Amino acid sequence: MTAPLERPRRKNPVLRTRLPTTPPAARSRVALGLTAAAALGRFELQVCRDCGAVQYPPREACHACLSERLDWRAQDGAGELLAETVLHHGLELYYRERVPWRIGTVRLDCGPAVVAHLHGDCPAPPARVRVRACLDRAGQAALFAIPEKDTPSMADDRQLREMTCDPQHRKILVTDGKTALGQALVRAFVAAGAELVWVGHAEPWKRAPGLDALAALPQSTLVPLDLTDARSVENLAAAIGGKVDILVNNAEHHRTFGIEARRGIDAARAEMDVNYFGLLRLAQAFAPALRARGADGAASAAAWVNVLSIFALANFPPHGTYSASKAAAHSAAQCLRAEMRGSGVRVVNVFPGPIDDEWNQLLLPPKLAPGGLANAIVAALRSGVEDVYPGDVAQDWLARWRDNPKALEREVAG
Amino acid sequence: MTRARRGYEDVVAAVPVTVPYVRFSIRGAHWFIGRALAGLLRDSGLRKEAIDGLCVASFTLAPDTAIGVAQHLGLAPRWLDFVPMGGAAAVIALRRAARAVESGDAEVVACVAGDTNSVDTFRQGTAGFSQFARDAVYPYGSGGPNASFALLTAHYMRAFGARREDFGRLCVAQRANALANPHALFKQPLTLEQYLSARPVAEPLHLFDCVMPCAGAEAFLVMRRSRAEAQGLRCARLLAAIERHNAFAADPIQFRGGWALDRDELYAQAGTAPADMDLVELYDDYPVIVLMQLEDLGFCAKGEAPAFVRSNTFTVDGSLPLNTSGGQLSTGQAGTAGGFLGMVEAIRQLTDQPLGAPVPGAKLGLVSGFGMVTYDRGLSSGAAILARAEAGG
Ligand SMILES: [Zn+2]
Repeated sequence: MTAPLERPRRKNPVLRTRLPTTPPAARSRVALGLTAAAALGRFELQVCRDCGAVQYPPREACHACLSERLDWRAQDGAGELLAETVLHHGLELYYRERVPWRIGTVRLDCGPAVVAHLHGDCPAPPARVRVRACLDRAGQAALFAIPEKDTPSMADDRQLREMTCDPQHRKILVTDGKTALGQALVRAFVAAGAELVWVGHAEPWKRAPGLDALAALPQSTLVPLDLTDARSVENLAAAIGGKVDILVNNAEHHRTFGIEARRGIDAARAEMDVNYFGLLRLAQAFAPALRARGADGAASAAAWVNVLSIFALANFPPHGTYSASKAAAHSAAQCLRAEMRGSGVRVVNVFPGPIDDEWNQLLLPPKLAPGGLANAIVAALRSGVEDVYPGDVAQDWLARWRDNPKALEREVAG
Repeated sequence: MTRARRGYEDVVAAVPVTVPYVRFSIRGAHWFIGRALAGLLRDSGLRKEAIDGLCVASFTLAPDTAIGVAQHLGLAPRWLDFVPMGGAAAVIALRRAARAVESGDAEVVACVAGDTNSVDTFRQGTAGFSQFARDAVYPYGSGGPNASFALLTAHYMRAFGARREDFGRLCVAQRANALANPHALFKQPLTLEQYLSARPVAEPLHLFDCVMPCAGAEAFLVMRRSRAEAQGLRCARLLAAIERHNAFAADPIQFRGGWALDRDELYAQAGTAPADMDLVELYDDYPVIVLMQLEDLGFCAKGEAPAFVRSNTFTVDGSLPLNTSGGQLSTGQAGTAGGFLGMVEAIRQLTDQPLGAPVPGAKLGLVSGFGMVTYDRGLSSGAAILARAEAGG
């Protein structure tokens, strides 16, 4: 059974921080279909539309009937572990630094045999297991076999933890504690076992409601942070940047209306200043230290979370300028993700539908409760996904957008 | 029913050449192939212009293939082939060269396998070996062939009751054979105790289950028997050969290879049986593959190789002389040349020019090849039966 992860010892500051390495990242384009599903927490394999054969490794043509019509379809991952090995040697630095490493051959009930990482609680073969698609530290899909039934402390498995960004024992920065979402995030991280939560708040002379209660939590510390002020961001990075393991950027500026209903661009500029330029300021100040600590022990730097909006995918005209600022932030987040790639630090993009707050007053339900969104973000970090679309509205928009982006544009134009 | 493969009438293999192995080299694959070709000319007395067919096997020639070798070495062959097929390369090369000679497309075919090995060659070659390996195996621990064969070995042990001692008996016997071979990279005797107490590499594989990558080359010539005799060359007759790829694809994990599909035709073509063999050269990247070949080539039934290994001896003077120059496990694995090692050794034994100890009175030899782990198993299998060319026979 997996031993519960102990709180990591305080690091000796004299010791060199080991530089991050990542597992092999090269994949064929067709294999990236597996990654695309794993980024959402799904395990999908190609299934032949003509003969039903399930394919693995990913293919350009059906191995049974040569059809080119292969569709990515969700799989339950049930299978039988046929063989296992414990590697004491790896050709790549990442594994060389992490052996012994357990892998196995699993025959999936749906057909193919797969090579998978093997959870420490999987019994010796032959044994029933479940195969999941995770993202590894290179950001690529990795099949992971876990026991048929959950075991205690199973998330603490040393190999599985390489695939996830579990907040437990980690130090978290939430960039805006003034909002309902920010406060829910702090509470959710504390409940998830975070070691410490720094809570940013701009304009510290204005005491926002709820902040005092947060400050009373033993794990949380209020810190001044204004994303529109480069000096404020740099000052905080100088103070705590080298210790942040997970950064959650939930700060945002949100006003209603599109282009025609306003005169001038002040509101739009203010949105861009927080939602887009704020992200850039934050990334320039904090990302280098996170990158450098991507392999820093059991509680290494693990993730950078951007709270975007489902309106980043397609403009929602009643909130038109806000949508544009979130689209800009999404684009910057893709850039940040690429720049973080070699460090093993995951950039998680969250695309919520409208949150139940004052700026979404006129939108019809269902709206996301801040607590539910906070829990979805913690769950995403625990499972290691990269793109999160929480709530019914986000799922609805995502489905429409994936199906036909042009149709969605027409639909939301009214 | 497919028609049986046509037999081989009058084809021989001759002039076994080995370019001594080194652990690492700063030379390119072309150097090793060039030395091998020079050795073929030196030992045959042929002029370069007489080589009108060329078959090259290599993993480290990139960006070149056989055609680049032809220009590099100044050859003008009228028949050219490139078979980067790892452990199956020698049997495949011999089969194709034999048909070229029989049809008159070439008169003398040089079959050459050569690879270099610098300090990072093996990692690079493994990381990009195939699309499936890059997508679906290498990211899982980057263990390379050790990891893949550890899984097959673990499954075989569980399915058929093989023990580490069984693999050890083979490794110890091959080391004894290697001690007489001046080219073998491993020069120390190996005991079963040393084998069993070695450090784990990829469980259940331990240090002496794994080949050592190195650089080197192996080569031989293929021609009609009359041509060899006119040149005064000692030669071995090709009696039969088989080849198969991607057999038993529905097996969820490999416990058999393509030989099981083709062996009846192999022995029928040669008019022989497994018990007639005076020596066998089986592909030995890992000992479990030797056991698999013993079964699939009919020396014992499926699952009975562990018992077969316990009741036989495998040194040159044993009940079944096996991998008589030491095999890759004791000589090193010089890339695709590792796939030629057994073939070249069999030609040597059947023409009385072994590098190490001779198998007394050897008349019939079986050479088997296996290779190309593009995902989770070896895809290519092949085998050939060679016979001593008796005077007037
Ligand atoms: Zn099909």
